Amino acid sequence: MEVVRLTVNGDERVCGVPAHYTLLETLRYGLGLTGSKQGCDKGDCGACTVVLDGKAVLSCLTPILEAEGRHVRTVEGLASGVEPHPLQDEFDLHGAAQCGFCTPGILCSAAALLDREPSPSREDIREALAGNLCRCTGYEKIYDAVEGAAARCRA
Amino acid sequence: MPSVTPGGAAPAREFSTIGRRMRKVDGLAKATGRARYTDDIQLPGMLHGKILRSPHPHARIKSIDASAAERLKGVHAVTTGRDMPVPYGIIPWTPDEHPLCLDRVRYVGDGVAAVAAVDEETANEALGLVEVVYEELPAYFSPHEAIAAESGPFIHEPRRPGRNGNVTKVVRLEFGDVEAGLAESAVVVEGDYFFEGTTHTPIEPHCAIGMAERGGRLTVWSATQVPHYLHRELARVLDLDPALVRVVQPPVGGAFGGKSEPFDLEFCVATLAMKTGRPVKILYTREEVFYAHRGRHPFHMRYRTGADENGMLAAVDAEIVLDGGAYASFGLVTTYYSGQLLTAPYQMPAYRFHSTRAYTNKPACGPKRGHGSVQPRFAFEVQLDRIAERLAIDPIELRRRNFIGADTRTVNDLRITSNGFLECLDAVEAASGWRRKFRKLPFGRGVGVAGSTYISGTNYPVYPNDMPQSGVQLQVDRSGRVSVFSGASEIGQGADSMVAYVVAEELGVPLEHIRVLAGDTDFTPVDLGAYSSRVTFMLGNACIDAARRLKQQVQEAVAEAWDAKPGEVLLAGGLAMRKGDTGVSMSVRDAFNLAEAKFGTLGATGSYDTPKDVHGSYRGATIGASPAYSFSAHVAEVRVDPETGFVDVEKIWIAHDCGRALNPVLVEGQMEGSAYMGFAEAVMEEHVFKTAEQGRAGLHNAPSLLDYRIPTSLDTPALESLVIESVDPEGPYGAKEAGEGPLHPSIPAIANAIHDAVGVRMNSLPFSPPRVWAALQNRTAAGAEGAGDGVAKAGRREREGGSGGVAKAVTP
Ligand code: FES
Ligand code: FES
Repeated sequence: MEVVRLTVNGDERVCGVPAHYTLLETLRYGLGLTGSKQGCDKGDCGACTVVLDGKAVLSCLTPILEAEGRHVRTVEGLASGVEPHPLQDEFDLHGAAQCGFCTPGILCSAAALLDREPSPSREDIREALAGNLCRCTGYEKIYDAVEGAAARCRA
Repeated sequence: MPSVTPGGAAPAREFSTIGRRMRKVDGLAKATGRARYTDDIQLPGMLHGKILRSPHPHARIKSIDASAAERLKGVHAVTTGRDMPVPYGIIPWTPDEHPLCLDRVRYVGDGVAAVAAVDEETANEALGLVEVVYEELPAYFSPHEAIAAESGPFIHEPRRPGRNGNVTKVVRLEFGDVEAGLAESAVVVEGDYFFEGTTHTPIEPHCAIGMAERGGRLTVWSATQVPHYLHRELARVLDLDPALVRVVQPPVGGAFGGKSEPFDLEFCVATLAMKTGRPVKILYTREEVFYAHRGRHPFHMRYRTGADENGMLAAVDAEIVLDGGAYASFGLVTTYYSGQLLTAPYQMPAYRFHSTRAYTNKPACGPKRGHGSVQPRFAFEVQLDRIAERLAIDPIELRRRNFIGADTRTVNDLRITSNGFLECLDAVEAASGWRRKFRKLPFGRGVGVAGSTYISGTNYPVYPNDMPQSGVQLQVDRSGRVSVFSGASEIGQGADSMVAYVVAEELGVPLEHIRVLAGDTDFTPVDLGAYSSRVTFMLGNACIDAARRLKQQVQEAVAEAWDAKPGEVLLAGGLAMRKGDTGVSMSVRDAFNLAEAKFGTLGATGSYDTPKDVHGSYRGATIGASPAYSFSAHVAEVRVDPETGFVDVEKIWIAHDCGRALNPVLVEGQMEGSAYMGFAEAVMEEHVFKTAEQGRAGLHNAPSLLDYRIPTSLDTPALESLVIESVDPEGPYGAKEAGEGPLHPSIPAIANAIHDAVGVRMNSLPFSPPRVWAALQNRTAAGAEGAGDGVAKAGRREREGGSGGVAKAVTP
């Protein structure tokens, strides 16, 4: 068991987990934040993507001790109060979440993108999401949603 | 008896809800992380289960010793096949599998024992302590070899002595005189085609939780797309009272046909929960998902297609061998679908198919999006392209000429009603700039077209019964809130949203006042599941049926208050209004309250069953029969690099006749997702297994999302949806399916585009760089008229020599 401290969606958390746990396991099983998904557990699908100190990372490949003392933002931390983040709202509007299993990871990749590039081109979006597999949508609606959110964030 | 609800009959009125671009009822829950999928459920005291799997492709189990595993600290139970000896199969006539193998394993990955332990690590450790002694048996990896071994050894014991136990199904059907038709044809093209197996790879791995209570009660949560069939099979196989078994289907993270039958983990969590009294969860690893499979069958196909000098089809002859893998699964249906679903959208005076499904020692194949008809559609649409080329007819024009029409019967006696195929062709022709591009783009670039049809649900359930295929129950609160209890399975396609749109349309209730509770066999009426593109058509009609019953009561009660006729009461936009005098109105809530005062507590059920006169009477005529058919046409534009053989699909224009788009956002999403999945099969995906020379025979070649390459955002072409609405006479508001049909044409459209680009015919999937490169080399070697088959050894020249040449001057 290791006791780790990290900031999750603005809350300082202390959590005892087995030392071999990943950040994903800690979020899901240690802290009950099941929004981040496990699609492969080996770094291939992107469903587990979270934002770690401003960067999109694969939480299934992040040993928990590497997250010690750092800031993690997950899909549960994107909204402000009951108001969804523009990305979340646009995903809903455009039907960009079909089964929704890739969605939390894609939202985190997109949130990190918008933080560093407020006016991404469609090509920028494609590139930023290249590590997130979606099996349902063919990606078009996802690009529409990210573009819509970018416009709203700029406004 | 449930009646056939006359769905739309295309009322000439504006809809208030239907047809608008709307949000889904569960969109925000999914976008905020609130949606709870099966693996998100944690129950108090829950144990973790793991399944021990066979390392051999074919072996006899001589003994299993689980005593060391049982003694391991933290292990609560071990189960083997002996605990669950009743065989099952999704098709009741072919029950050939067990939850865990009894005495024989038939593929690498077949389950032999399962453990429940305090955590995953302990469960994994326990698996290593289960001692299984195997005696290896000869294994088959090629369906041809399995079929040729007429006297065994067999993968399954023959159902009747003297039969070949390696053959699971043979279908031979002929309509019209095929030989005469071919003999009279001005042109006959022949070709051998190979469609490689592919798998669904939903991003959510299969997961199930079992919980047992005293008195025989069992609850199973599962990421399934068929809760009703799972409910039946759990009770039957585990010998439980079905009235005490509850199946709950949480949101499913993708399925595509890959979760449409019971799997070992569902039986195992149930048995382990009953043994331990603790909830037990099993979550497949990604590798297990690949081995669970039930995906696209590899098809070996041989087609002869004859046409007259104007390109009118005269006869089609097909010879197909299906590589079924280790179990029957839906294979009986797949074998029929391999032939039955080819007979539209083109007229076809004579047609014959002979399909044989073989067992092999690989994971069982089953239904993947476009079940059984994607493979023949690929071959057939390439054949059509070759005929067009031979006769120098534009391929879109050739397809137009052969259009079968609306309100007709196919050569195999399927009833066709609405048919918007011509409009699909027009749409992709215009949107893609076809006339500017076909045969006119420079070498290395090309466009290709293909068409297809698909069912909107199958006419019969997998087990024979006279009950409806789909049911819905509505319940109304005094606040004006309406709840829908739907048996259907939300797998991302929008089933839950669809019923909300229907209720909003019929009762005038705002969408935010509608709640949907779905996929819980304790609380929802039966719907057979999310397969065969049946949900919108069947559940939609059931929901209209229920809502209209309720509406009638509301109209009567309000009419009484207004001294009007019930037909004069309109419900829309949250109001009850008087027809002709919309100044007279009240809120829907008040209208509901009037109705409750008059009739008592408000609620209604509705159901849908298929019409029974939509197919012929020959043996097998019901398989492929559907109440309505969707139609699609795609144009693909590609760039082929002759140096590397790399095919870059730049764009696919997707036209699909969905009858009516209840919510165009969701229809487009299904079209784009389908075209994407077809593209993926066309150029990237291969569900293949290692040979003995490659290490260990029967081992999956690439059981990870990295190595089994599914397209990323960077790989996927631009996709443009063109929605065509033919307004079906029996669909809900005229709607038909959109979730599977638009996959089909992607693959042949890409194959035909490659031919337009570089003059080679790709007859084997996938069109990967080595194959395309080899085809280009062959073509160069053979001069400008090489047949250009993707796989030289499978290549066959056309009967009348060459491939008809290459229409444009090429200088590779
Ligand atoms: S679960 Fe982390 S990349 Fe798939
Ligand atoms: S919405 Fe299903 S995987 Fe992306």
